Parts: sequence; structure tokens; C-alpha cells
Amino acid sequence: MTEDWRTCKTLGLLPDQRGRFGSYGGAYAPETLIPALTELELAYEQAKMGPTLRDELPRLLKDYVGRPTPLYPAANLSQLLGAKIYLKREDLCHTGAHKINNALGQALLARDMGKTRIIAETGAGQHGVATATACALVGLKCFVYMGAEDMRRQALNVDRMRLLGAEVIEVASGSRTLKDATNEAMRDWVASVRDTHYVIGSAVGPHPFPMIVRDFQAVIGAEARHQILIQANSLPDIVIACVGGGSNAIGIFTAFLDDPVELIGVEAAGKGLETDAHCATLGAGQPGILHGSLSYLLQDSLGQVGLTHSISAGLDYPGVGPEHAFLMEIGRVRYKSVTDAEALQAASMLAQTEGIIPALESAHAIAAIKGIAAERGKEPLVLVNLSGRGDKDMDTLSSGLSDSDQQ
Amino acid sequence: MSRLDAAFRDARSANRAALICYITAGDGGLRTTVEAACALEDAGADVIELGIPFSDPIADGPTIQSSCQRSIAAGTTPGGVLEAVSLIRKRSSIPLVLMTYHNPVLRYGHARFAADAAGAGVDGTIQTDLPPEEGESWLAESRRCGLDTIFLAAPTTTEARLERVLDVTTGFLYYVSRLGVTGSRTDLPAELAEGVHRVRARSVVPVGVGFGISTADHVRRIAMIADGAVVGSALVKLFAEAVSPADAVRCATTLTSSLAAATHRV
Repeated sequence: MTEDWRTCKTLGLLPDQRGRFGSYGGAYAPETLIPALTELELAYEQAKMGPTLRDELPRLLKDYVGRPTPLYPAANLSQLLGAKIYLKREDLCHTGAHKINNALGQALLARDMGKTRIIAETGAGQHGVATATACALVGLKCFVYMGAEDMRRQALNVDRMRLLGAEVIEVASGSRTLKDATNEAMRDWVASVRDTHYVIGSAVGPHPFPMIVRDFQAVIGAEARHQILIQANSLPDIVIACVGGGSNAIGIFTAFLDDPVELIGVEAAGKGLETDAHCATLGAGQPGILHGSLSYLLQDSLGQVGLTHSISAGLDYPGVGPEHAFLMEIGRVRYKSVTDAEALQAASMLAQTEGIIPALESAHAIAAIKGIAAERGKEPLVLVNLSGRGDKDMDTLSSGLSDSDQQ
Repeated sequence: MSRLDAAFRDARSANRAALICYITAGDGGLRTTVEAACALEDAGADVIELGIPFSDPIADGPTIQSSCQRSIAAGTTPGGVLEAVSLIRKRSSIPLVLMTYHNPVLRYGHARFAADAAGAGVDGTIQTDLPPEEGESWLAESRRCGLDTIFLAAPTTTEARLERVLDVTTGFLYYVSRLGVTGSRTDLPAELAEGVHRVRARSVVPVGVGFGISTADHVRRIAMIADGAVVGSALVKLFAEAVSPADAVRCATTLTSSLAAATHRV
């Protein structure tokens, strides 16, 4: 297996000049947007050398976001599941999830590019809240597109965005979830591209977005690798993260790509992969193009994009970041899925053993620990990205609990 | 000379702009599409654009979004649209251009789609989310099958990019009149003439202008500055409002007649 890890040494150089991770990625966007994507790529390459990303962003991540986030050895959960489990506490970031790492970076970039208006899409509302927060801080006008169904199930985050001064625009078309919110944000951007930056919230979209989002989230893995080497005196055997678009997963995986560490992404199996009601894109999709990049996609035989389901709004998306498609194809990351019921159960388990209420998205990663640890046999060292906290999901969590009480 | 080249040449020699009419294929059923295409030709359309519906049309406004949904719900497939094309081709030699997003074409397979489209009598394609940079494989298959490759230029397209777009564009260049999605508008953008002039000065292929071209007055003004005018949403809207498919074809024919009359340069 060691030789396989070695082939990954070049991964840090991806995407290539055409925005490709192997055959995935690229920029399949309307002509109107192509110049803006080029402008963004140039601005980002320049900013990496300049004070904004070298000094200002790291300072804000420390003083404002609260980084580095703790790496917590979850002793009770470890005992229960027969593994040595460390949780990377992204739920303790300001605004309650890893999304702020990217939103803040992109907001600073947009300001430097002279953009005055920010748009974003959001599913669970965590990226919307993070973007609204970053815009309040940086002084940019913020408009967030959100599916009507998601506004209902993540009502707390809608109120937070509004309090932060953002305008939340309800999207009632199609599935009324993240996919359609992204469609509407793209349509806005086609019309407003001269003064507007689109802060994409996951490692998806046309190049250079998957690269930029990954780079801004890579702080998670960089910190976690350093922390676990000190605290456990060893690299982990396994790193686990949930995958919707895949930004928290790529954020923690990137630091470990060249290490002899097994990486596992956990998709949402919804009501089960045997039903149509899931969003396990890598597990059950085929290559296709949605929202500007070639990746895996849940679609029918004619190329129409399917409707998806997950109890977790943040995972409820038919696409996935192109780098994940590539990492699956070369066998560097293994992708599994867990159901709504398993995720709900994992959320209760974590709450009751460790006193931590995870976001439903992150609960998918927690739910996967048990089976993966069992495959390894002897108490593996497992690092899990706890990407967000569960306050936003209290309605779903409580009704899930009362459903299981009744059964 | 391709059918598209001939259509633009004929329009130019009649001192008028070509009228390019878009309808979403399968909206009202594919039988309606066949009838509509033939009726629009009779009413004065020079080129017919048939939209292959896609579930997530990110460059389209509500009118074409809804028509895509109606068409998909009616069971329209890319293969079905090609069958409709071959039925139209039996009755007409009007240039037929497919407009779609790239995923349905990718899923069908580049080589197979190009061969089947050319075999059915398609003259070219426009794929909204396929810029030249991503078009290598599709371009090769199109060239092999004799399909025109129509690319788009926008007000944001830089001079350097315009060269690149024009390098691979055949048939006509589709100039996007404004920043934004498709859909009827009441006005033309103030900077349109300047934008069209910029691309036309560099283009060896004819320039058609679309997005928001809705009325005979719009067409009249486009005819003074460009080689062709593309009307889409204004026609598609009639399919949503009509009481029956036959009524939709009648209304679309009436509108097309008035648009065609406006293509003459004065």
C-alpha cells in the first residue's frame, strides 16, 4: 500500500492549468462568466503572495474565528466504539461550522478585487451565515439564495442571516433545496458579474472555485495533523469526514494525502441507496456536468439531474466537488454512505456520550466510525472532522428523537 | 456552403437580417415542435433553434426554465428531439440548430450525438455552458460530421478571448446582448450597438444577437447593427399561455410574421 501513497506526491499541484483534477473539474460556464473566472484566478494567485492572505486572513482566523480549533480526544465515544477517536472541533469556529474559513477568505478576496456585492447559495444555512458574517465584517452587501424547503428546516439560520444584515432570497423552483439555490445564484451572477463576487460555499463550481475553497479549508487538516502528532504522538490510521459538495472533507484530507493514512468520505444515503431518496453522488452517480464542473452527478440516463434527499440540508445535493471524483478514481479516498436514521442515532450518541450536539451533516461522519473501526480490528486511531454544531438542526433532531421514542 | 451560411447570405443579399427563432423542443409534445418549426419557416423564420431541455438551465430565465420543465415532464429526450428534426427535414431545408447545455450531450456521447444529429439533418449546435476551452472533443466530432459549432460572445468577453471564440465558431457567432439570463425585456441595452460593432469588426462569420430580443421594434433595431436577431422567450411564452398546442403554433406564427417583416433594413 505504501507505494500507492507515493503516487499522491503530486496531488498538491492539482488542479492543472486547465482547472482539472485528472479528467474532472474544468470551467463549463456561460461565456458571460468566463472572464470573471479568469479574473478571480489571477486575483487569487496574486493575493496568495500579498498581505491579505498572508497576514490579514491568518490574523482573522485566529482572533475572530477562534483558530486553531481544538483537537478533542473523545474518551467516552472511544470506549463505546472500540477506537481511539479524536474530533477536530470545527463546530467551535465562530458561526458554528468550518464554512467561515472559506467565506472569510473569499470576502477579503472580493473586497480586494473591488467587488461591492456578494452573493451566495446555502443549503443548511451554515455557509449563508458564514458569508453574511464575513460580509458584515468586511463591509460588503450580501444576498443569500436558499431553497424554500431549506428555509423551513433551517429556520434558525435564516434569522441569523437576516440579523447579520444579509438579504435571504427564497428559491421555490425545482427541489427547493441546495441545487436550485445554486442555480439561482448562478443566474444572479450572470447578470451582476461586474460588481458582484459569488462566494461558492463548497469545493464545487467552475475552476478556480474548487481550488480556492479547498485552499481556504486546508487549514483544518494542517492544524489537525500537527495536533494529532503532538497529542497522540502518531499520525491517525483513519481520517473520516462527511461529503456533500465536500469542502470540510477536502479541507481535512489535503494535509494527509501523502501520508500512510486511510481517508474516508461519508455521503448521505438518505432513506437508503436502494431508494431514489438519497444523495450519495460518488456511491451511486456517474460523471456529469452541473454548476460549472465535470464531476460525479446523480442523473438519469439522459443527463437530467435527479432529485435528492437527505435529512441533512447541507448534504442534500446531487453533485460533488471534482477533486473528490478524482480521489475516488485513483483510489486515494474511499467513499461510504450512511442513512438518515444512522445519522440521527449518531447525533444522539455523541450528545449523550460526549455532551456535543453535532450538525446533522457531521453526524454522518460520526455514524461511520463504528463500522470502519471494526474493519481495522485493534483500536485504530481515528480522526473525525466534526464540521459543524447542531443548534440549527434542533427541530429535526427533536422530531427524529420523538419518532424513535414512539417506535 | 452550409445551410446556415446560405441563409445568412440570402438575408444579406435581400438587405435584411436573418430571423432566428428559438422554441423548446417537446414543449407541447414533439409533434407540436415539428408543426411549429414548419409554420415558423412559412411565417418568415430563416433559422430554427430547437432547445433540448435540461433540468438545470443556469443561463435561462423563468420562461425557458418552465418550458424545459414542461418538455421534460412530457417525456422529451435528446433522441426524440433528433427524430423530430428528421421529420422537419423531410418537409423543409431550413437551417436547424440545437441549443442545449452540455450534460445531455456528454451523456449521449460526443461521437454518437454528432453522428446522429448530422444524420437527422441538424446543421449545428449551441451549448450554453461549453466554452471553447472545454470544447476540444465536441469540436472534433462536429468537424467530422459537418456540424457547425456556434459559440457565444458576451459584453464581458475580452478582445483576446474573442479571438479564441472566433477561431472555433462556424455558422454564426451568437452575441449575448446583455449581462443576464434569457427572457423577454422591454428595452435593448444602451451599449448594445457598440458591443455588436466590436465583435462584428473582428468576425468573419455573421453575428446574431440574442437574449431579450422580444418585439418587432427590437428586431428592427438589431437589423441595423447585426446579421441576425434571435428571438426565444417571446415565442416560448406563447406556448405557456396557449389554450392548446395548435393555438400555440398559431400565436407563434403570428408573432414570427411581424418579426420577419421587421428584419428589412431601411
